[in-house]
Amino acid sequence: MSVVAPVLELAGVRKSFGPIEILHGIDFALHAGEVHALIGENGAGKSTIMKILGGFIAPSAGEVRLDGRPAPYHSGAEAEAAGVVVIHQEFNLAPDLTVAENIYLGREIGRVFLDHRAMRAGTQALLDELDSPIRPEARIRDLPVSDRQMVEIAKALSRKARVLIMDEPSAVLTSREVEVLFRQIERLRAQGVALLYTSHRLEEVTRLADRVTVLRDGAVVRRALRGELTEDGMATAMVGRDLEDIYPRKRHHPGEAVLEVRNFCVPPLVADVSFALRRGEVLGISGLVGSGRTELAEGLVGLRPATGEIRRNGVPVAIGSVREAAARGMAYLTEDRKERGLLLDKNLRENLTLSTLARFGAPFLSAAREEAALGKAIADFDIRAPRRDMKVGNLSGGNQQKLLLAKTLLGDPEIVIIDEPTRGIDVGTKSQIYAFIDALAAEGKSVIVISSDMPEILGLSDRVLVMRHGRLAGELAGERISETAVVRLVMGTAEDAAGNAHHV
Amino acid sequence: MSDATLRPATGLHLPGLSALGPLLALILLVVLGAFLNDNFLSAGNVTNVLARSAFIGMIAVGMTFVITSGGLDLSVGSMAAFIAGVMILAMNALLPGMGVGVPLVLAGMAIALAVGLLAGLGNGLLVTKARIEPFIVTLGTMGIFRSLVTWLADGGTISLDFGVRQFYRPVYYSGLFGVAWPILVFAAVAIAGQIAMRHTRFGRYCEAIGSNDKVALYSAVNVDRIRLLTYVLLGLLVGLATIMYVPRLGSASGSTGMLWELEAIAAVIIGGTALKGGYGRVWGTVVGVLILSLIDNILNLADLVSPYLNGAIQGVIIVLAVVLQRGKSAA
Repeated sequence: MSVVAPVLELAGVRKSFGPIEILHGIDFALHAGEVHALIGENGAGKSTIMKILGGFIAPSAGEVRLDGRPAPYHSGAEAEAAGVVVIHQEFNLAPDLTVAENIYLGREIGRVFLDHRAMRAGTQALLDELDSPIRPEARIRDLPVSDRQMVEIAKALSRKARVLIMDEPSAVLTSREVEVLFRQIERLRAQGVALLYTSHRLEEVTRLADRVTVLRDGAVVRRALRGELTEDGMATAMVGRDLEDIYPRKRHHPGEAVLEVRNFCVPPLVADVSFALRRGEVLGISGLVGSGRTELAEGLVGLRPATGEIRRNGVPVAIGSVREAAARGMAYLTEDRKERGLLLDKNLRENLTLSTLARFGAPFLSAAREEAALGKAIADFDIRAPRRDMKVGNLSGGNQQKLLLAKTLLGDPEIVIIDEPTRGIDVGTKSQIYAFIDALAAEGKSVIVISSDMPEILGLSDRVLVMRHGRLAGELAGERISETAVVRLVMGTAEDAAGNAHHV
Repeated sequence: MSDATLRPATGLHLPGLSALGPLLALILLVVLGAFLNDNFLSAGNVTNVLARSAFIGMIAVGMTFVITSGGLDLSVGSMAAFIAGVMILAMNALLPGMGVGVPLVLAGMAIALAVGLLAGLGNGLLVTKARIEPFIVTLGTMGIFRSLVTWLADGGTISLDFGVRQFYRPVYYSGLFGVAWPILVFAAVAIAGQIAMRHTRFGRYCEAIGSNDKVALYSAVNVDRIRLLTYVLLGLLVGLATIMYVPRLGSASGSTGMLWELEAIAAVIIGGTALKGGYGRVWGTVVGVLILSLIDNILNLADLVSPYLNGAIQGVIIVLAVVLQRGKSAA
């Protein structure tokens, strides 16, 4: 290891949210003139580490040290003033201001009146350094996402950062833009800036990183210097955990195809997806966030305009709305429980029956029948609510998810697409939800589970589809479903992935 | 209005103090009015107050659905003037052919409802299909309707033929069992509205859409159609209000229905419907309309405060109602 003292350092950092500890004693250091890559699966704790480094949240235990002393900042703004700058995935740009106004936001040039010319010139100089054709007077709102990323980088450069923390900066850039970004990173490294880089693209890590730290489940599982770890080694280190026995035993005997999808496109991302879903099967869909999984599902149930062929039980169908999907026996449970799934201001009964209200009486709704349905849902799904008439927003995440599942299944669909079935809920409720999913398949329903949680995909699925960049990267079934095989397909590494998967 | 019987049968909780607030205010006003003037509780005055409330009231009931589903309609006042103008012109034009009689009045009523429906449809389509903010759409159509009626009247007044007016008058001035027609119609609209809001899919969908339209969309609710329906319903109710209003004066001009939109919106808000949508209370709207009318009436009957301060007092009531609403949502 380097003998040079680190610039920014975490020592024994722990972080808990409520009773759940998500970082378990992290030691991690950034050195001047080095690129340090932090990699791990979704939920491994990367974002939390970056937020702690950047001063956005405080650790529950342990210490953040800047130049060997306790870090003197308690907010993102103070950290920036101390030279620690974070480039977030969700950009911190004011969409209605120009590029120059954003770059100088909070430290404008000029006394009483703003010196627009000086700020434009300064911005132009920064953008020239980045080989970027963006105009300083362009409004952020009018720029494509990749240009916004460039503006964020220019803004960070203008802050004269000593430590630059980049959260998947390449995710939204084209390969030409990634080249420019890499040149800038190399330039900053030569200037002695300490850089933290995260990416799901392991080839970028191999190319850029002087050091690699691998996280798994909130703990560091591997540290390596440049050249010590192959891409395959990184993928293996990121996964490699035993499946816990919270998953039901596989026992499905899939029947005939109930849903066939051919050449399905959901513009602009999802293109040319074809697959079949069988009766009584759990089909997992894996892939990175942004790989088009949710878009595919929303296209299938008519929430997004889509092209291609959908056959239900062999008959071609057109599905233009959730209502039409429901009429075809298809239901979708959204990943965004709070914004798209439940009315947080309404009570349990109104939420439960919303999508199937026509069954509860016409023209007048029968409150008694709705109450009966709620009673049954509470019993069947073990929904724990202190009061039946309370607002759903006051339920715990797990109980919200069970209610959402009850709502989705109230229409008795034959095909259920569940997007992130257990996001943000505790392990006990997880295991209950897995049992519900398993029971559905056992009854002869067909379930598609979309998940970023690798053990969940492996533990539930009879078959796994992997999506990458809006296309199917591969399909795994039976013995071939393994964590390494899925991760290889997800990451797009590996020639030998072809050996483990037949491409669709 | 016996609203207590219309509350959900599940009533595990009683309406909170903030829900009863407008009702208490109304009772307070009635007591105050009776105390200040002996004539206040006379049949004549009560009929007068209720009949005048009826026009705004019918519109406000429709407005409750629009606001509950997250919309707004600023055009209702000018829409009423426009409908009145078209209705009177049409009846005058039909008079030589049909003569004075029930068919002519029915034709006029049909035309008023049809124009109201089309006007509401226009607003609704601009909001749902062209995806323009309701505030902007109805600000625009407010100007259009107002300008059209002024143009139709050539800057003056459109008057219903004298003979027809005499025949049509009882629709405002007469009634059933001593209760004036506008009051009866308003009561029917209010009761139907309350039932629709609490006990039909339409009302539930309005609340769902206003609460979070994305959730409604993901829950197989036809969001655009329900939104469109709220504007069409409001247009129809404006037409109905106009039918009751025209026999009162027998004329329409550029200043007919002035500021009705603000009174209707104020009544909805005073009644406890959330301005941002998601929760609607039709009986509250009725209470809100009555509160606004009573303030006007009491100021005119009593010498305590100048009637010119009517607007100021109404303004204070509206702001107070919103402050109380905020207290409720913070709790």
